[in-house]
Amino acid sequence: MKKIFSYPKSLKNVPTHYCPGCGHGIAHRLVAEIVDELGIREKVIAVAPVGCAVVAYDYWDFDCCEAAHGRAAAVATGIKRARPGNIVFTYQGDGDLAAIGTNETIHAANRGENISIVFINNAVYGMTGGQLAPTTLLGQKTATTPEGRKAGSEGFPLKISEMLARLPAVKYIERVSLHSPQEVIKAKKAIKQAFLNQVNNLGFSLVEVLSACPTYWDMPAKNALDWIRDVMSKEFPLGRIK
Amino acid sequence: MAKSKILMTGNEAIALGAIDAGCRFYAGYPITPQNELTAFMAKNMPKAGGVFIQAESELAAVNMVLGASAAGARAMTSSSSPGISLKQEGISYIAGCRLPAVIVNVMRGGPGLGNIMPAQSDYFQATRSGGHGDYHCLVLAPYSVQEAYDFMFKAFALADKYRNPVMILGDGMLGQMMEPLQLSDNRKTGNQKPKTKIWMLTGCRGRKPNVVKSFYLQEGDLEKFNLTLQKEYRLIRQNEQLYEGIFLKDAKIIIVAYGTMARIAKGAVKKLRKAGKKIGLIRPISLWPFPGNIFRRLAASPKRLSFLVVEMSYGQMIEDVLLSLNGKSPVEFLGRSGGGIPSEEEIINKIKILMK
Ligand SMILES: Cc1ncc(C[n+]2csc(CCOP(=O)(O)OP(=O)(O)O)c2C)c(N)n1
Ligand code: SF4
Repeated sequence: MKKIFSYPKSLKNVPTHYCPGCGHGIAHRLVAEIVDELGIREKVIAVAPVGCAVVAYDYWDFDCCEAAHGRAAAVATGIKRARPGNIVFTYQGDGDLAAIGTNETIHAANRGENISIVFINNAVYGMTGGQLAPTTLLGQKTATTPEGRKAGSEGFPLKISEMLARLPAVKYIERVSLHSPQEVIKAKKAIKQAFLNQVNNLGFSLVEVLSACPTYWDMPAKNALDWIRDVMSKEFPLGRIK
Repeated sequence: MAKSKILMTGNEAIALGAIDAGCRFYAGYPITPQNELTAFMAKNMPKAGGVFIQAESELAAVNMVLGASAAGARAMTSSSSPGISLKQEGISYIAGCRLPAVIVNVMRGGPGLGNIMPAQSDYFQATRSGGHGDYHCLVLAPYSVQEAYDFMFKAFALADKYRNPVMILGDGMLGQMMEPLQLSDNRKTGNQKPKTKIWMLTGCRGRKPNVVKSFYLQEGDLEKFNLTLQKEYRLIRQNEQLYEGIFLKDAKIIIVAYGTMARIAKGAVKKLRKAGKKIGLIRPISLWPFPGNIFRRLAASPKRLSFLVVEMSYGQMIEDVLLSLNGKSPVEFLGRSGGGIPSEEEIINKIKILMK
């Protein structure tokens, strides 16, 4: 009999600290499966963010480096340049990548660093208690926009992926979602492509993953998935951006 | 045959010293008065098979160094005061992750944007864990172009030995001045492979995965880690105090100055000696650990001694002198910063007043 499905070697068999219905756990698993499938577990070096996924290294079973809040792309640049033979990726939330780390993100992309980025967009700051993120939707209530985000004072949801796509050194950008099994399969394909690009020395790749935060969206998990499908993905359209 | 010397600025000597000491990763961001250092790296690091990156900011530069160091490269960054303030986040993480790295501060005047004149007003920031948390950088203060070069070997060796950030604290004067320089016999030329120590991130082939981090969530873990750091710091305090002392045997007044200020002070001491005055000099070379032992030893001697601390600041190192002497000897101060540098003459006049 042929074994067609098993627990990823790159994922530790431990419970995570994520809330029920959180997208982080699914995204971690996709990364682990991809690392296994590409046979790169012994070459991978991950850079973990500051955000709810800060202890991603407790779940992944390969080499990992911490980065200060927002600095993951700079840390990854240092690792990759020092060890070009390794596969280096960052995993970052929207606050980490698109607020405090915007500078590091844009310049790593503009230099065409041969790294892969998994960008988890959940439209809030999870770890610190559900505050406004650069990606928070207009009207969305957060701890720091109690009346909902207003364009006049907080500006519009920041589309960092579309911004990055304009940079000539960027190889690949795609926006995916985790709101249904079909979308999860597409997400996996995209993240795999981002890793493959690096394996083939093609340069900077980023996959933006729309991911549920039921806790700070103040919704049951099922409604959170529907909200991504019906609302969030209208603001952040899915598909290949570059 | 005497070996030939080359003429260089302090900034270039630091860069060359780093490359000769095996540094193969540099990331920096332009700022006066250390731009010659970055430019030298841009030109010569690739020739040595290393990586040069002009980063988008000092924050990015120091975090690139963190990544490179975690991956096993001998890595450094450099800047001047305002840029060093930005690097403090990264330096704290480097200390918290127990990574070796070298950070060069070619100090200029502050606070704020200040000016580009030499100063020593970042002593507190350098020696008191300039970022958050209970940590220290080892801090070395060269006072000549030769030392600027030589201390890079020492800095990388110390960084590796203690897995801790090491800061080279110079100033705009040292960075800009030219002096003849004797190159080391142990120059590391050509490609230097990244090292592979057990804690490094190399990909987990044939071993368990490594994690480089400074985050300790479980109760008690951070305290345990901090105690490990403290143990290491005690060792460093015991083993790494460095200073130069001149005319200490019969001195009645001992001038204390480091870096560029010590050069000027040395000139004053020589003149005062010629005039028959019993003046000595202590030049702290390691600023952290501060060479407190020599002060304690001198203060314990029965003869009456006093000290004059001279700084290009309004009194920062003097706190370490006071702590070391613990009230046992009188301490006077002379200092300027923001463009002014205490001159030989000002030092001599101050000494004359003190001797009255
Ligand atoms: C310099 C700094 N500023 C602020 C924080 C506090 N902080 C931790 S995580 C975070 C935001 C996390 O949000 P995001 O990146 O969207 O990730 P999520 O938790 O939603 O996965 C903030 C502000 C910090 N750790 N460091
Ligand atoms: S707060 Fe939100 S992002 Fe964080 S673990 Fe909970 S659901 Fe996930």
